[in-house]
Amino acid sequence: MTTTTLPNYLEDKQGKKGLMVWLTTHDHKRIGLMYLAALSVFFIVGVLIGILMRLELLNPGKDIVDPQTYNSLFTLHGVIMIFLFVIPGIPAVFGNIALPLIIGARDVAFPKLNLFSWYLYMFGAMLALGTLLVGDGPPDTGWTFYAPYSVKTGTNVTMAVFAAFILGFSSILTGLNFIVTIHRMRCPGMSWFKMPLFAWALYATSWIQLLATPVVGITLLMIAVERMLGIGLFDPALGGDPVLYQHLFWIYSHPAVYIMILPGMGVISEIIPTFSQRRIFGYKAIAYSSLAIAFIGYFVWGHHMFTSGMSGPARVIFSILTFLVAIPSAIKVFNWLATMYNGSIDMKPPMLYAMGFIFLFLIGGLTGLVNGALAADIHIHDTYFVVGHFHYVMFGGTGFAFFAAMHYWFPKIWGKMYSIKHATRAFWVLFTGFNILYFPMLVVGIMGMPRRYYDYLPQFHLPNEISTVGSWITVLGLVYMIVVLIQGMRKGEKAERNPWHGLTLDWQTDSPPTLENFEEIPTVTEGPYEYK
Amino acid sequence: MDEQKHHIVDYLTNIKVWVALAVLTILTVWVSEFNLATLTVAVALSIATIKAILVLSYFMHLKFDSKILIIMVLVTLVIFLSMIIFTFFDYLYRK
Repeated sequence: MTTTTLPNYLEDKQGKKGLMVWLTTHDHKRIGLMYLAALSVFFIVGVLIGILMRLELLNPGKDIVDPQTYNSLFTLHGVIMIFLFVIPGIPAVFGNIALPLIIGARDVAFPKLNLFSWYLYMFGAMLALGTLLVGDGPPDTGWTFYAPYSVKTGTNVTMAVFAAFILGFSSILTGLNFIVTIHRMRCPGMSWFKMPLFAWALYATSWIQLLATPVVGITLLMIAVERMLGIGLFDPALGGDPVLYQHLFWIYSHPAVYIMILPGMGVISEIIPTFSQRRIFGYKAIAYSSLAIAFIGYFVWGHHMFTSGMSGPARVIFSILTFLVAIPSAIKVFNWLATMYNGSIDMKPPMLYAMGFIFLFLIGGLTGLVNGALAADIHIHDTYFVVGHFHYVMFGGTGFAFFAAMHYWFPKIWGKMYSIKHATRAFWVLFTGFNILYFPMLVVGIMGMPRRYYDYLPQFHLPNEISTVGSWITVLGLVYMIVVLIQGMRKGEKAERNPWHGLTLDWQTDSPPTLENFEEIPTVTEGPYEYK
Repeated sequence: MDEQKHHIVDYLTNIKVWVALAVLTILTVWVSEFNLATLTVAVALSIATIKAILVLSYFMHLKFDSKILIIMVLVTLVIFLSMIIFTFFDYLYRK
């Protein structure tokens, strides 16, 4: 393919000026960058709140905040990180930027709907952050809004719940857009099994977004109705059932875990073959395992409720199903490792983050099985072991996959290259800090330290000290990484069209691409990973 | 393209479906008068499912649409049904 003379998507103004170029755009790449800008701000806010929490936990007793403030801090940290960063994360940013490119399309199926999703996301985010500024203070329920406390607390729960409801709509519309895009807009010759695995992962994720999100939308509205009209749905004092709330909440929120991790797995499935210059091992197994994870993921929600008073048979059934979901996840990991075996591995930053993902996700996944085992969970439920586990999955998994994607598609997005040397160093600082921050949580959790308290017993002091020091190193790594990327964006060397020697269609067009991605829609004749 | 062909449902069929929906709604109200214990939800949901299938098939033209759309709706139904069944593993056996 020849280099085009058309302006790239960053230059093309389409007759508009300044901010309006961005706020009225229908281009999937620009919308992706708008998500990236917003998500980055919320991520930094979430990190700052996390740092405050770790500072409070540096020593037993009060250090910097009182118990009520601490309750609001962990609620906000959860709401911001889950609803504003991790759930939209990879699909909204890299799904938007890369999906049409990798399937050889000019845009998503519904570009205007795509922009509308971004506005819904921003509206929901503003409402969530607005809980800080208006009413009786930010919610203190934890991100799960468990009833009956969420029905009774005087804090700003209704607004936060409404924010989550709006954010859910944004997620549903993005999912719908991607499903139609993948069905209808693949380029000529791209059959389902010639489609890159990132698209498969987004497809599976989109179905979860479409089918599971309405459940939490209705559930959160039920909380709002109970608070405002006093209708007894979840509050036992009004004849409701608090465990029903937990069922409804986790019917969405466990599949949501797969909304968070599946796109990350898709990113890793792109990076591993490219940086091993080797055909991916078990293409179909990886593709089907995405669908299997999405499907089985609907039926494991009860493992969050083993200590909530659920019936014995239900607990046993949910425990067994939880073990089943580990199988497709393990299939992916084994296939990635088999792809790397005998490959020409190039340890550039995207590959480092991908390998970091595998290592951290393994710890997160295996500790998840400990949680899923009925008897073990009775001991560790609501302890720091659970906090350590889900940070290994959410941050070590999704977070590192997000950073991997950022380093992988950076030259495509900006047409420039960051400093490989400094990006590599930033990775090692971040990876080291991450493990020092979260591994002690697993240890102190098994020792019995409960989560969501601003204080702890003296015997938990040392692991908490180590963890807080780890949080400082993690932040150092994050700042280092962000500075390297911003420097690359501003002053980096011009990137080639295909610096990583990838075979997918995104690497066959200009860096940065033109507004319509391809001068001519490409035709595909072979699979996306035919390296050797 | 095949998918773009429009099937027109005649008025008589639409009226029949409408009458069926009305009868099923009356049935839902009537059956709620009886104490069916653990079957209460199952009966209510069964009637609601029949109504949903009628609406999907005739008013939303699914019956005349491509197979892939029918499969998608069926998968959705299976997932929804499974969610209800798994929730009832808790409620039916709770002490």
